Amino acid sequence: MIETPGIAALFVMLAAVAVAVARQRNLFGVVVLTGTYSFLMATALAALDAADVAMTEAAVGAGISTVLFLGALNLVGSLESKPMERPWIPLVLSLFTGMLLVYGTYGLPAFSDPHAPIHTHVVPRYLQEGLAETGVPNIVTAVLASYRGYDTLGETTVVFTAGIGVITLLRRRRKKKEEGGS
Amino acid sequence: MIYAPVVAALIATLALLLARAFLGPNVFDRALAANAVGTVAMLLLAVIEFYTGRPGFTDLALVYGLLNILGTVAVLKFFRVGDLGEPGEKEEEAA
Repeated sequence: MIETPGIAALFVMLAAVAVAVARQRNLFGVVVLTGTYSFLMATALAALDAADVAMTEAAVGAGISTVLFLGALNLVGSLESKPMERPWIPLVLSLFTGMLLVYGTYGLPAFSDPHAPIHTHVVPRYLQEGLAETGVPNIVTAVLASYRGYDTLGETTVVFTAGIGVITLLRRRRKKKEEGGS
Repeated sequence: MIYAPVVAALIATLALLLARAFLGPNVFDRALAANAVGTVAMLLLAVIEFYTGRPGFTDLALVYGLLNILGTVAVLKFFRVGDLGEPGEKEEEAA
């Protein structure tokens, strides 16, 4: 059994990277360290058998976020000024929230427990009667597009609205640049 | 079992690379350390695949490799030209 100590070592490194990110004043180094954090987190998630979440974490955290942060650094400069004061309320608050979450994990069922509520509540019905009820042979598609159809519709609306907003902002900026250049 | 020493060696490598990323006086030290962390993460995924016998982790490792290249090229291009969109006309010192 090498997974448990390996994952524990990964989490220790994650904590170390988080402390380093908080202490680092050069924002360029912070961007590089957050990319490292994402790769470590994605590896831990893959070791925990959550391959899809790991793929998303690697793509968003290490890929897109790095590029977006670098674009932001281009606008704001890459040296963080020293804080005027040392605020302690956020530290206490986040430590308290973290301890609350750790306390909450004691109420969860054991990892990959077949009798956990998530496996016994609606999943048997989806598996046995999904085809008859929805007519969709793929069970994942049936859950996403039929059982949770309104949820998926809402998500699509949110993504669509965000896309419209981004396109509007980019068009305005380009028009302004054209006016300034001519 | 060969897997335990391999995983131990990879995690020791990760710890050394992170030490370089924290201490590294230079931006290039940090960028190189981050790139190597991505490579070691790929190797860890491959070891996980052979240890557990679950297929699919190699695909994940390939995605990591591609993203690693993307991130490193973005960091280095930013450091070289100071902007990601420009084709490289102005020379700015970043960081």
